[in-house]
Amino acid sequence: MEQIAEILISALLVIGGIFAVIGSFGLLKLRDTMQRLHAPTKATTIGVGSALIASMAYFLIFEGKISWHELMITLFLFLTAPITATFIAKAQMHSALREEDMPPTGVGTDWATYDPEVEAVDPSIIDPAPKR
Amino acid sequence: MILDYALTFAFLCFGLGLAMNVYRVFRAPGVPDRILALDTMVVNVIALIVLYGVETRSGINFEAALLFAMTGFVSTVAYCKFILRGDIIE
Repeated sequence: MEQIAEILISALLVIGGIFAVIGSFGLLKLRDTMQRLHAPTKATTIGVGSALIASMAYFLIFEGKISWHELMITLFLFLTAPITATFIAKAQMHSALREEDMPPTGVGTDWATYDPEVEAVDPSIIDPAPKR
Repeated sequence: MILDYALTFAFLCFGLGLAMNVYRVFRAPGVPDRILALDTMVVNVIALIVLYGVETRSGINFEAALLFAMTGFVSTVAYCKFILRGDIIE
């Protein structure tokens, strides 16, 4: 029984490590910032997730106690990863792309984040007033 | 026995990922890339703390990992907010 558990935990650790390397390598390898945004999500979900599950299984089987901290860390990471990705994508959109570069939304309205009514961005950053 | 090898392999993998992220932080084409690399660094460090907890057979490090996750999230959002609005708390 303990042998099987050990092999399972080892497999989880190896898979997590490989996915972490893939995610961080994609950060170097992919061409565009929006493409690079895609790579570390693998490191976040599968990489850290399987490391946390392996830790939880280790403490459950070999130490005989259930530790809830890993579950809390996993939950927190999975909750915050989309928010972080949205913020980074927005920062990239407003720092490198203009509204003309964006594809059509297909719902009849324009991109809300470029709408001056929404004020997603400080107006002085979008349209710097000519001071000189 | 096999668990020790797997643990060493995972340490090496996450450390390698951390090294790549450090390179990306220093040589980034833009500020959003730099924030993304810092965010990935936080994720890798959380995994390293958890693996260290498994290696030392103690559950005392998990609070540190949880706190690290929280401060990493808040700092990433604050940095993006600063770029977007020129201000963090308005």
